[in-house]
Amino acid sequence: MSFVLTEDQEMLRDTAINFTRDELPVKHLRGLRDSGKNGADPEARQKLAELGFFGVLIPEEYDGVGMGMVALGQVMEAQGRTLASTPILQTACIGASAILLGGSEAQKQEWLPKIASGEVTTALALDEGSHHNPAGVATEAERDGQGYTLNGAKKYVQDGHHADVFIVVGRTFGEAGDTHGLTLFLVPRDANGVSVQTLNTVDSHGAAHLTFEDVHVPESHVLGAADKGMDILEPVLDRGRIALAAEMLGSSRAAFEMTHDYLQTRKQFGQLIGSFQALQHRAAKMFTDLELTSSCVSAALSAVDDQRNDIAELASLAKAMAGETVHLVSNDTVQLHGGIGMTDEHESGFYMKRARVQEALLGSASFHRDRFAQINGY
Amino acid sequence: MPYDAPSDLDTFREEVRDWLEENCPPSMRTPQTEDEVVWGGRREKFKNPESKVWLERMAERGWTAPHWPKEYGGGGLNRDQVKVLNQELSRINARIPLHSFGLWMFGPALLEFGNEEQKKRFIPDIIHGRTRWCQGYSEPGAGSDLAGLQTKCEDKGDHYLINGQKVWTSYADQADWIFCLVRTDPTVKHEGISFILFDMESEGVETRPIKLISGSSPFCETFFSDVKVPKDQLVGEVNGGWKIAKRLLQFERSSISASGFGAARGSGALELEDYAKIHVGTDSDGKLLDGDLRGRIADHQMYAKAFGLTVRRSQEQAKAGQEVGHTASIIKYAAAKMNQDKYELMIEALGTEGLGWEGEGFDKGAKMITRAWLRSKGNSIEGGTSEINLNVVAKRVLGLREHQ
Ligand SMILES: Cc1cc2nc3c(=O)[nH]c(=O)nc-3n(C[C@H](O)[C@H](O)[C@H](O)COP(=O)(O)OP(=O)(O)OC[C@H]3O[C@@H](n4cnc5c(N)ncnc54)[C@H](O)[C@@H]3O)c2cc1C
Repeated sequence: MSFVLTEDQEMLRDTAINFTRDELPVKHLRGLRDSGKNGADPEARQKLAELGFFGVLIPEEYDGVGMGMVALGQVMEAQGRTLASTPILQTACIGASAILLGGSEAQKQEWLPKIASGEVTTALALDEGSHHNPAGVATEAERDGQGYTLNGAKKYVQDGHHADVFIVVGRTFGEAGDTHGLTLFLVPRDANGVSVQTLNTVDSHGAAHLTFEDVHVPESHVLGAADKGMDILEPVLDRGRIALAAEMLGSSRAAFEMTHDYLQTRKQFGQLIGSFQALQHRAAKMFTDLELTSSCVSAALSAVDDQRNDIAELASLAKAMAGETVHLVSNDTVQLHGGIGMTDEHESGFYMKRARVQEALLGSASFHRDRFAQINGY
Repeated sequence: MPYDAPSDLDTFREEVRDWLEENCPPSMRTPQTEDEVVWGGRREKFKNPESKVWLERMAERGWTAPHWPKEYGGGGLNRDQVKVLNQELSRINARIPLHSFGLWMFGPALLEFGNEEQKKRFIPDIIHGRTRWCQGYSEPGAGSDLAGLQTKCEDKGDHYLINGQKVWTSYADQADWIFCLVRTDPTVKHEGISFILFDMESEGVETRPIKLISGSSPFCETFFSDVKVPKDQLVGEVNGGWKIAKRLLQFERSSISASGFGAARGSGALELEDYAKIHVGTDSDGKLLDGDLRGRIADHQMYAKAFGLTVRRSQEQAKAGQEVGHTASIIKYAAAKMNQDKYELMIEALGTEGLGWEGEGFDKGAKMITRAWLRSKGNSIEGGTSEINLNVVAKRVLGLREHQ
């Protein structure tokens, strides 16, 4: 397990931090919101591709840069800092991982270079209710001769409103609640029978409800073995959870820094408010939680690169810790800014709103506490 | 012999393993009760004779202080070797051969600030557990505000004369020597403090035990009246003791925390979730029946895991040359919270079984946990209170200013 970045990883981190700071600051998200773009920015997507961010996990033979999960974590943390709405999590992490771990050689050759170049973005269409529940899939996938026919609906698909290809989890066997009998499909957005209902979400990143009505999927678009989707889905979800935890750490850090600055500039009663001990202790506790979270995120990221056997446990640890920290910090950011923190004009509200979405995606802290307990046998 | 390359490290591991196999007595590979813990010193009784053998063998190799310099009897090992040694020790569940304030806090400070003569005189006895040290810091009027201490130390030409009182001096009644903060200049606060050492059998030293809520009494009030101390027992400069005092507190905080107040897992005893399973019960999937308690246990275990990873991260960063100063306070604060939460949950998981005090009718292990629960309340007080540690983080790490 490694807690110290290599030189290459540090360079990537600096590039990512500078890029999001200069090109995708919170002001940019505000702009997307106010102009009704609902989190989508094709121009930014192109720049992310040019920087190689979509190919961080993809090996060089498929036109990626093959730097691994710790490196991707740096990009995620950077985008978390400014709440940037990008397809990195869904595409560079989840989409690329699904194809890397589950795809045939032909599928890898077809899709990975397109992902690395930013030509194609993906979105995982998994959950069907309002809580993360991988086994709860009911969407029917019925064999139809040359492939499968999909019928069902997916709720709150992150990036679903603009992704080019959906990775749809369907049920080829058994019933909702069974962990076996799931199958993964690559479904282009423009396939017949796919309808997309765009959602305006509290974090201004947007999302979509998807409906699949007699959607035909050819055999060549099945990802991994039929009925055994969970074998790929779980490791892919864990990578996503870890990457998302890194993003949450970035958001927490940035919100904390903003608050820290405010404590050192705002005066009341003739004093800097940061000299009041009640606030100093809150700041010190937040900082302690940030440090603990940072250790968990680093451990989880490097566990993927080291192919350790405790990735699932560390993923749940990182996601749950990051969830608690991001709420603590973003709520206190509003509180410690006083009235100004409640205004739309100020940035603190953006952090709090995004925190709720981050929490709900890929399993809340309570989902992951439960999973952690289960992994540890109690 | 220097072992630097990784392959040498493997050789080292093999040697350690063989040596432990031969030298660690079987009874030293079992969990121990509190009264079996070895603190060393002139009055050590060694309840189990094998613990004496174990201490002597480990001390002979310098492995009670594996990273201290060889010239004073330490192990002279580098960080990687120490890690290997610790891994091998915990692999066989070996008992800690020696608990010692000398090893944890006084020794490291003396190695940094003592003169050559003092190191030669005191360090080997610490390593071998021949001298048991106590910490004379707190006074009735100077706890958190430690620099407010008043114990007077006068220069009498060929010796110093000490008068005053200390309090909360852990194990003062069983210690051989004390490292003590005294006031050598009453006109200034921090710059008037010196760091001095003396034998607890010196004339004029008196100790009175204080009983804790846990029923045990490891603490004392300690009184000094006209205690004569030879001049070569002052460490560092006259009035230069505060710097040493603070450094020692860092060692204290790190050593307390590195052990998580001894809460480290894998000591062979039952874990929190095991107690919960036994006393609360499980459903057919093996899940704890009380879902709320289960969630809080998971929450705690995650915190404990995050804590362990943070200690490791800070060690790795230090090794890579990164600045990790003041993490001692963050870690001490978190360690106290973690250990206290653990015992609260333990007591809750035990239910009425956890409410025994003494005598028959309660499980022996459960009674130990009840005492440990009460003792853990001191974790956020000893070695600097949680509030003081948060102050340190706010001021030193976050640079927040003092109230004007
Ligand atoms: C188990 C245990 C072992 C100990 N072992 C030793 C030992 O071996 N040798 C030794 O010398 N001492 C020892 N101590 C003493 C310990 O260091 C002191 O108890 C501690 O520093 C607190 O001092 P105090 O008890 O005087 O509390 P006080 O300083 O009076 O504090 C009372 C309360 O006020 C708070 N407080 C005080 N100042 C501030 C501030 N500036 N900001 C915010 N809150 C503040 C404290 O956090 C605490 O909650 C031990 C204590 C315990 C409990």
